[in-house]
Amino acid sequence: MSKLKLVLGIVAIAFVTLTAVSCKDAKTDKNNSTEHHSEMNADGDHSKMNHDNSDGHHDGEKKEMAMNGNGASQAVLNDYFNLKDALVADDNAKAKNLGAVLAKSLGSLDISKYTEEEKSELKEIIEDAVEHAEHISESDIAHQREHFKVLSKDMADMIAITGTSMTIYEQYCPMYDNNKGGAWLSMNEEIRNPYFGAKMLKCGKVQREIN
Amino acid sequence: MKAVKIIAWIALIAFVVIQFFPVDYNQSETVPDTDFMLVNDVPSDIQNKLQVSCYDCHSNNTQYPWYSKVQPIAWFLEGHIKEGKAELNFNEWDSLSSRRKASKLRSIVKQIENGEMPLASYTLIHKEATFSEKEAQRVVKYMENLKDSL
Repeated sequence: MSKLKLVLGIVAIAFVTLTAVSCKDAKTDKNNSTEHHSEMNADGDHSKMNHDNSDGHHDGEKKEMAMNGNGASQAVLNDYFNLKDALVADDNAKAKNLGAVLAKSLGSLDISKYTEEEKSELKEIIEDAVEHAEHISESDIAHQREHFKVLSKDMADMIAITGTSMTIYEQYCPMYDNNKGGAWLSMNEEIRNPYFGAKMLKCGKVQREIN
Repeated sequence: MKAVKIIAWIALIAFVVIQFFPVDYNQSETVPDTDFMLVNDVPSDIQNKLQVSCYDCHSNNTQYPWYSKVQPIAWFLEGHIKEGKAELNFNEWDSLSSRRKASKLRSIVKQIENGEMPLASYTLIHKEATFSEKEAQRVVKYMENLKDSL
């Protein structure tokens, strides 16, 4: 009998605490966020304010970078090159992070200054590229490389519209994808293969120079 | 012994209670004009295969077997179907740009070739959804041709 009571008690307590905790969590979260708001509105919490300031500064920096050279497309290209380097280094985890970063910079690409025709083309390119970047942010390295191949085509097509202030090399490895081949873009003429990484670091050739 | 009985009762009650939780069933009577089969000239055997193997999770209409309406199986399926449709919805095929169609076709080919789709958890129950080697080759060939014709 006492055993039964004990079990019943434990189950009841577990049940009550579970529901109580889940409700409470939601509530305190809400409270916290409203508190933060009021704190920020008032002249209270300085560290908060500073933090916010530095965040704003970051955004400013990013925008500035995007304004350099050929507008926002440069930010996208930089993120693409970082992603490429992670794949060259066979670094799955880093490529995941950089895939997410690239998806974000693609999403904030400003296409307002282009013609209607270019806009619709760019929109399609971005939509496709974002999807590949998102997949890269959650896949194993073999999948990342599959998506990177199509992403590279998207990037080349993007540059065809946006142009670029730097010299970019389109490089090609004929062995990737069961010898169907795969191309990628690089800022350096020297071959560093993102499809095979250390396995075949120097497999490939420059097939086009984009200025 | 009594404790086991109590726990069994609680589990049973929980099981009954969750049956009353609502589930968003993926069902639709109409097939939109943008459907893959309507905008492409798909041979009937491939149509059948896609319907049986893919459309349950990659279209707006799932053929639910009876046990799939039992919780928690229904929740499990709901999540899968939502994810599947977000990735690819054959019913909305023609609303994609050529570029994205090419990307999707490339993924379809890769997933079938690598045996990643249909999901093992799906073919476990739907034996008929499995691709034989011949069927896989035929569908892959069709999808590749379609991609080249875009």
